[in-house]
Order: sequence, then C-alpha cells, then structure tokens
Amino acid sequence: MLTLEQVGAGYGLSRVLNDVSLRVGPGELVTMLGRNGAGKTTLLRTIVGLHPVAAGKVTFAGNDVTGMMPHARARSGIGYVPQGRGIFPHLTVRENLRLGLAARFGRGEGRGAKLPDYIFDLFPVLARLSERKGGLLSGGEQQQLAIARALASKPTLLLLDEPTEGIQPSIVQDIQAALKRIRCELNVAMLLVEQYLDFAWSIADRFYVIQRGSIAAAGDTRECSADSVAHLMSV
Amino acid sequence: MGEYALLAGQLFNGVSVASILLLAALGLALSFGLMRVINMAHGEMLMVGGYLSFLTYRFAPARLGFVLALIVAFVGAAAFGALLELVLIRRLYGRPLDTLLATWGVSLALQQAARSIFGAIGVEVTAPKWLSGSFTVKSGAMAGFNLPYVRLFIIALAVAVLSGTWLLIQRTRLGLYVRAVHQDREMAQALGVNTGWVDLAVFALGTGVAGLAGSVLAFIAPVTPTVGQSYIVYAFLVVILGGLGNLLGTLLAAAVVGLFSAGAQIFTSVSFADVLLLMFVIAFIQFRPSGIFAARGRALEEA
Repeated sequence: MLTLEQVGAGYGLSRVLNDVSLRVGPGELVTMLGRNGAGKTTLLRTIVGLHPVAAGKVTFAGNDVTGMMPHARARSGIGYVPQGRGIFPHLTVRENLRLGLAARFGRGEGRGAKLPDYIFDLFPVLARLSERKGGLLSGGEQQQLAIARALASKPTLLLLDEPTEGIQPSIVQDIQAALKRIRCELNVAMLLVEQYLDFAWSIADRFYVIQRGSIAAAGDTRECSADSVAHLMSV
Repeated sequence: MGEYALLAGQLFNGVSVASILLLAALGLALSFGLMRVINMAHGEMLMVGGYLSFLTYRFAPARLGFVLALIVAFVGAAAFGALLELVLIRRLYGRPLDTLLATWGVSLALQQAARSIFGAIGVEVTAPKWLSGSFTVKSGAMAGFNLPYVRLFIIALAVAVLSGTWLLIQRTRLGLYVRAVHQDREMAQALGVNTGWVDLAVFALGTGVAGLAGSVLAFIAPVTPTVGQSYIVYAFLVVILGGLGNLLGTLLAAAVVGLFSAGAQIFTSVSFADVLLLMFVIAFIQFRPSGIFAARGRALEEA
C-alpha cells in the first residue's frame, strides 16, 4: 500500500532522512518509534508531500507519488493527523470537519460527500462542540477533532504524529480506545508515531525504530518484546 | 447653497469615494491576506476595466451596453488577473520583493500599452440617460444639496459587491477553503484542498472587482492610461489601515479614508488634504500596526 524506497529528505543542505525504506500493507498498523529529533515528523511530512523528497521513491496504492502535490496525495487516500494537530483556529468544529471532505470533493464524489456517522460515534464530544471555534478547544478535544477530520476523508492510510502528546491522561485513554476501534472496525492502514511504547506495542502489527534519520531496527511486535527496543529510545 | 447642504454634499462625496476605494482595495486585501503578495499592477486592473467598458460602449451602444460593460470589465480584468497569477506571481511564490518588482514592471508595461493603443489623452464614456441625472433639494435648509445618480449607483454597486464577497467567503465551499488556506496553508493542502486553485480564484476575483471599479469610474472621470495610479495609493492606504485580508476592516478603512479626504477638503485644498490623510495613517499605524481589526488570539500569533 505505502512503500518508501531509499528515501532521503532534508532542510537546505542538511539531510534529516537518509536511505529510509519502509512498507505499510493494507489494513496494517505500523508504529514508528524514535527519540526527539530522530526525523519522525519529517518522515510523515515527506509521505504527505509537505516536504520535498531529495532522493528515493515513494509509492502509494500502486502509484509513484514522489513528486505529487499534497492535495493530490490526500485525494488518493492519505489522511494526516499532524503534530500540533493542525486545527484551523478560527473555523468551527463543524467547518474543520467539513474540510476533511475536501479530499473527497476533489476525488469527484460531488455533493453526495457527507460526514460519516462513525465520526461522532467514535468521538461523541465533537457533536456537542460543533459550533465552537477550533482555537477554543482543549488539546484533547483538538486531537480528537484532528483524527475525526482525517477520517472524514475516508482514507485508506492514516498517518498519526504523536496523537497522545501533551494531552491529559483521561483523554489519552479515550484516544487510545478510539484508535483501537478505528483499527478493528474501519480497516484503515495506519502509520503511528508514538511515544508510549506499551501502547504502541499493544496496538501495532509491526514497528520501525528511526535513529538519526535512518531505520535502526524493524520487526514484528509479536516476535520481539518492547524491552528489546527500549534502549534505542531512552535518552 | 446652504452650509448644511455643503456639509451633506461632502459627506455624500466621501461615501461615494469610499465606495470606489472599497472596490479597488478589496482585491488587494484579499490577495495580500491569502498569498502575501503585493500586486503593484492592481491599479492597472481599474484601467483595464475602464478601457474595456469604453470599447463595449463603442460596439454595443444599445441599452444593454451598460450592463454588458460591467460584465465585460469584470470578466476581462479577472481573466487578466488570472493570467498574471499563472504566468508571473505563481512562479515567484515566497519571494515578496521580486513579486513587487515584477508586478510593478507589468504595471508600467500596461500603462504604456494603453498609451500606445488609446493615446495619452483620456477617453470619455457617457453614462446612460437614466444614470446621468441627479436629485437636487430645491428649498429649505438643505437647498442646493445635489445627489448625482451615478454616485448613488456606485455606492449601491459597492454594497452589492461587498455583500456578495462576504456571502462567498462565509457560505460557500470555496469560501471555506479560502479561510482554511488563510489560516494554515499546509494543513489545507494535506486535507486535499488544491491551494493553487484557491489562490488563482481569489486573485482573479480581486482583479475582477477592480475591473468593475474601473468600469464605474469611467462614468465620473475620463479613462486615462494612469487612472490606476491615482487610486492605487489610496487603495494601499485602505489595506494598511483595515488590516490584511479582513473584509470588515477594509470596509471601515475605506469609509475612513474616503470621509477623511472629503471632510478635509472642506477646510483646505485637495493636495493638503492628502498630506493630512497620509499623516493620519502614519499616526494610526503607530498605535495599531496591524490595522483596525488586528487578528487576536494565540493561535494566529503562532501562525
């Protein structure tokens, strides 16, 4: 479904990613682990198309998307929940969600494109807040909105950049429960950047560890124990 | 003419000047707010609209000519703007200074082209009969107070254009995309919004409205190759005063600039009124550097 072959990317002359190859299969949940500054966010941004690919090749759903614009990638089925959540602060919750439909309109679904019901089923809090401005939500509410918005585009691949970072513990549990349901019920492939190793292990099929911009370890979460990679992540 | 009539007349003049400024500044405010692009050739879109109206009247002098001229001016200037965006501005994205210089070059080229085609002396357009009259108060305290229909029409047009733009931004899908791109371009892209298309649409809309302004300006003054220059400075003042990309701010700022210069002209000469206006704007942005309505909130400061 998603394949990266020897991808390199960077800012100006400094390379952040080097020779990164990875694969996410249909419906598979893959977690990306690594210390701060290892290049996880740059990797996701490169897949979304917000960061230019300097070397290598990105393939999604059978198409070479290496030089494709971000909006075209979104239309082909990539949903993105960025670090910092990327909520439009002056738009209401409803308007933020409607922007999740942009990819489907662009795909030519026309006026039939509506918000799927399961969004409010997964995140009931959003129904209550629908007229509130995005900038006035709490961090946890914004995170739920960001995931719901990405799901509104009916993606086949969901990229999540630290969805539980900086969020109060009770909401972290809600979000983790929602991710588990998305995985079981919606058959969406996911690439999850996560800092809670235990949670990542409990939900993912496979893992990659990224270190200084390169893949340092990879494997199956059922075959390796979480402890075997813990030393790669500790500071 | 009574004292009240003079005052009311200047007030009315101010409002009608403000209407033209609003039409001229709307596109500048929108495209600067969205794309951070300063289009020095924006004034020439007024000129293009003016000459297009002139041509329309020549070839279609019938009753329909009036409506047709407005449409031709809008569509023609919008097409011109779209071409400018596609050929030039898009290529210079993220290089504001280069954009400034390049569009200035386009402005000079357009002025010279107009000079070569239509001559340096302005061309005149006669307003249709039903617009050429005026409403005059004959007696009482307001005796001599005069309301030309053309100016009333300009005010009505400005109100219509502003409401239309507001509805477009607040109520349509394109408007939602515009607001999203304005707040977070990257996120809008990542959600599947074709931002290049949104930029193009907004830019063309803005230049089209400037073309409309040029078309109605032709009724009150001859269209000359430099007609854009005489309005663009005020339009920039309106944009600075109103805050960037803010419709309500642009409306208020246009009203302030229009009324200020009309008001000052009661007491002093036209050129000194300009000096006073400029001093007022300079003083104002000392206290409110982001215009009348500065966007508030932590979220926008981070952006």
